[in-house]
Amino acid sequence: MDIYLPIAEMAVNVFLILGLGGLVGFLSGLFGIGGGFLVTPLLIFIGIPPAVAAATGASQIVAPSVSAFLAHWRRGNVDLRMGSALLAGGVLGSAIGVAVFAFLHRLAQLDVVIKLAYVVFLGVIGLLMLKESLQAIRRARTRVVKSKPRRTLLDALPLKVRFRRSRLYISVLLPVAIGLLVGMLAAIMGVGGGFIMVPTMIYLLGMPSSAVVGTSLFQIIFVSASVTIMQAVTTQTVDVVLALLLVGGSVLGAQVGLRAGTRLRGDQMRVLLAILVLAVAGNLAWQLIAEPNDLYSIVERRES
Amino acid sequence: MRGQARQGDGVGGRRLKRAVYALIVVLLAGASLATPRVGSADLVAALSSHLVAVTTGFSGSNVLLFGTTDGEGDVVVVVRGPEDVATVHRKGRYMGIWLNEADMAFAAVPGFWTIASSRPLAEISPGVAAFHQLGLEHLRLTPLESTSLRRITEFRQALIRNRQREGLYSTEPGQIVFLGNRLFRTDLWIPANAPIGTYTVAVFLVRDGDVVSAETTPLIVGKVGFEARVFEFAHRWAPLYGIIAVLLAAMAGWAANLAFRKD
Repeated sequence: MDIYLPIAEMAVNVFLILGLGGLVGFLSGLFGIGGGFLVTPLLIFIGIPPAVAAATGASQIVAPSVSAFLAHWRRGNVDLRMGSALLAGGVLGSAIGVAVFAFLHRLAQLDVVIKLAYVVFLGVIGLLMLKESLQAIRRARTRVVKSKPRRTLLDALPLKVRFRRSRLYISVLLPVAIGLLVGMLAAIMGVGGGFIMVPTMIYLLGMPSSAVVGTSLFQIIFVSASVTIMQAVTTQTVDVVLALLLVGGSVLGAQVGLRAGTRLRGDQMRVLLAILVLAVAGNLAWQLIAEPNDLYSIVERRES
Repeated sequence: MRGQARQGDGVGGRRLKRAVYALIVVLLAGASLATPRVGSADLVAALSSHLVAVTTGFSGSNVLLFGTTDGEGDVVVVVRGPEDVATVHRKGRYMGIWLNEADMAFAAVPGFWTIASSRPLAEISPGVAAFHQLGLEHLRLTPLESTSLRRITEFRQALIRNRQREGLYSTEPGQIVFLGNRLFRTDLWIPANAPIGTYTVAVFLVRDGDVVSAETTPLIVGKVGFEARVFEFAHRWAPLYGIIAVLLAAMAGWAANLAFRKD
């Protein structure tokens, strides 16, 4: 059954999109990630224009994030003060990101930059995660969180604030900077940025891992919401029909994933996630390096 | 002649059979009346519908083109989609990565182009074919910059090749079928990815290698109903559209959380 997407201006198979959403939802439920980093490349892969894929991906992220955030909120795993600092940076970052997005769109280099950003970030994170989780398995249940990195330089920053829930006394500039970076990436790559934020908060800020996921979700909800609205205004590339199909699939998939996740051990799960992340990065890297079938492509400028 | 056109309109989007049937009736009636005016009505053509409605379930659509000639010659039909600037980019390798390195913009490029004929196009004299743009090789594409002919040819061919791959430019001419020696018909396929806008359907009567008569009718490919409203809303009320997109997603997430809550 085909459905015509009003913004992407093409017909897609309903079950393909639902299935795609379901797969992403399953993985996000399994690994506790937003799954945005999978949605955009998969949408591009099935032929959705990259601009629509990235902008629609951002709006789709809101749904699983709200769902998971509420669960964490009830368990008291959200540091609102930390979240707000991340968010302040995030909104600023996403505004910069949307402007960069529009600029690259005009330059006709958007496609390459989106892919390149994915390769770099997914590659680095995937490798770090793989290394860390393999070490964890080898050492069998050693607390990784406690290995505090050297924070001499970061401690010297001004504007120190006490984050009670995170048990931290650090400069507010740190979370703002992290939020800024993640917001920019969210706008350009159509991702929530959890896969960057979570490791950064654990390893760089030294936040307890119990509070990290809920707090990052708080930031992700608002940043992806603001990215969606800004993309809707500047590039008009948010496809509501596509987003709703993805959300429908992912909501159900996430529940299946959650249940499957309870049977796996944390470190094993991180190895699987690392492999998945590296696979996506590898695939995109190949697309950048391999000689395209046709060196020429058309960019249309259809004003309506 | 006018009677036929009106009949054609009235058929609307209904089945082809009915259109052909109606046409034959009109033709028979018209033939007896029109005999004295042969010279003025050597070519008459109409579409089964002037609107291709792009709805939620749109996956391409056939439009029936039918008409009559005064008996001699062949018919060629050219469908052109809405025109716009199209920029062709060429990728080049930089430090192992393929980047868009060169580009050329063409003015007034049809977003869709297809041709159909009742006889091989090769039999039309090249000069006439070039003048009326009968064939992709004769399609007039004007670059927005002045540059070498070789470079223009390179990008021009790339543009046509890309459009053909997308199914927007026809790779080989369609068939126009003559029913008897006056009545002709052909199906024009409008694919799901065809651009939205006003198309022109040009019908040529070719006799002894020359175009002796031509007729042009508009064909509109337009979003209707839900699709049209979503698109218009997204452009006219962009901020509100964005907010609604976010709220819909947030509500879906909230509903999921309530539905699958464990406690």
